[in-house]
Amino acid sequence: MTATWVAVLATAAGCYGFKLAGLTVPQRLLASPRVRRFAELVPVALLAALSAVQSATSGQSIALDPARLAGLAAAFVALLLRAPFLVVIVVAAGAAAVLRAVGVS
Amino acid sequence: MPAQTVNQAPARPARPVRDGVGLGLAVGVSGVAFGAAAVGSGLSVWQACALSLLAFTGASQFALAGVVAAGGSLLAGTAGAILLGSRNTLYGLRLGGVLRPRRARRLLVALGVIDETTAMTLAQPDPDASRTAFTATFCTLYLTWNLATLAGAIGAGHVGSPKAFGLDVVGPAAFLALIYPRLRAGRTERVVALAGASIALATTAVLPVGVPVILAAVAALIGALASPAVANQPAPDQPAPDSATTDPATRSPS
Repeated sequence: MTATWVAVLATAAGCYGFKLAGLTVPQRLLASPRVRRFAELVPVALLAALSAVQSATSGQSIALDPARLAGLAAAFVALLLRAPFLVVIVVAAGAAAVLRAVGVS
Repeated sequence: MPAQTVNQAPARPARPVRDGVGLGLAVGVSGVAFGAAAVGSGLSVWQACALSLLAFTGASQFALAGVVAAGGSLLAGTAGAILLGSRNTLYGLRLGGVLRPRRARRLLVALGVIDETTAMTLAQPDPDASRTAFTATFCTLYLTWNLATLAGAIGAGHVGSPKAFGLDVVGPAAFLALIYPRLRAGRTERVVALAGASIALATTAVLPVGVPVILAAVAALIGALASPAVANQPAPDQPAPDSATTDPATRSPS
């Protein structure tokens, strides 16, 4: 087995272990209102951060891709208009694709 | 009742299967990019597939491929890739209470604890819809991501760029859409989301890729310490959020 295979399998094992660890924490540890509130807010904070990072960065630098940002803005407008989830992502991808097709970024 | 019933408008009906399958397909095709990148970095086709099958968390997979490509230390690269997976632990804390998987089932559910499944599961109005949403998203995304990884690894990535179809916007738009009901539910949620996005953008230049998103958990910690008692209490007279304060991508990182 090569060193690369060891790295691949160790990464897989570690990632799986981290996933399982969260599920395995006894729910009574979440009984405190503050801890429960933290667990509730974590996805809000992390998913907002992920959305921002995937929208506006490339590697370790801020990268403002006009078509991508326009797609996200279109998604936001669709949300304000109470569009269903799939419509929101189709609108976002469609807006970016159309802008790129006409030569934006 | 879900929390988005502000202004007496009817709640959007829960469509856990349709939405989960749609998200799984749309995000899963990005596996082509991973497969192509992995083989381009020097991983074999089977190593690329093993990562998608067993690690099944995109950021960590790309991170390891990046270190292999750069010829960096495999030990450090592995540690970094695993560290990137730590946010799934935080998701698991929350999903455990919603999905309540037992014993053997928990071992299977664990594989599916990632950004997309968490967002879709927690956007549902009740536990049954949450479980359905998790299963639909996980199954569709797992199958699509793995098939797409294989396709990308054996060279299908040359067919066309995912960017041309706007697929790079699917992830950010989906995350925004899925936390949107939470953003309408309370001021704390909006502040936490904005703070999380700001922390991540502000630290992007100085921290390794992936770490800024994990650091955003600090925003949740501060939010929890500042307002532990108001969980899930939508204010009846709450105005609709305006775009200047809720669209994280338009924030400057300063």
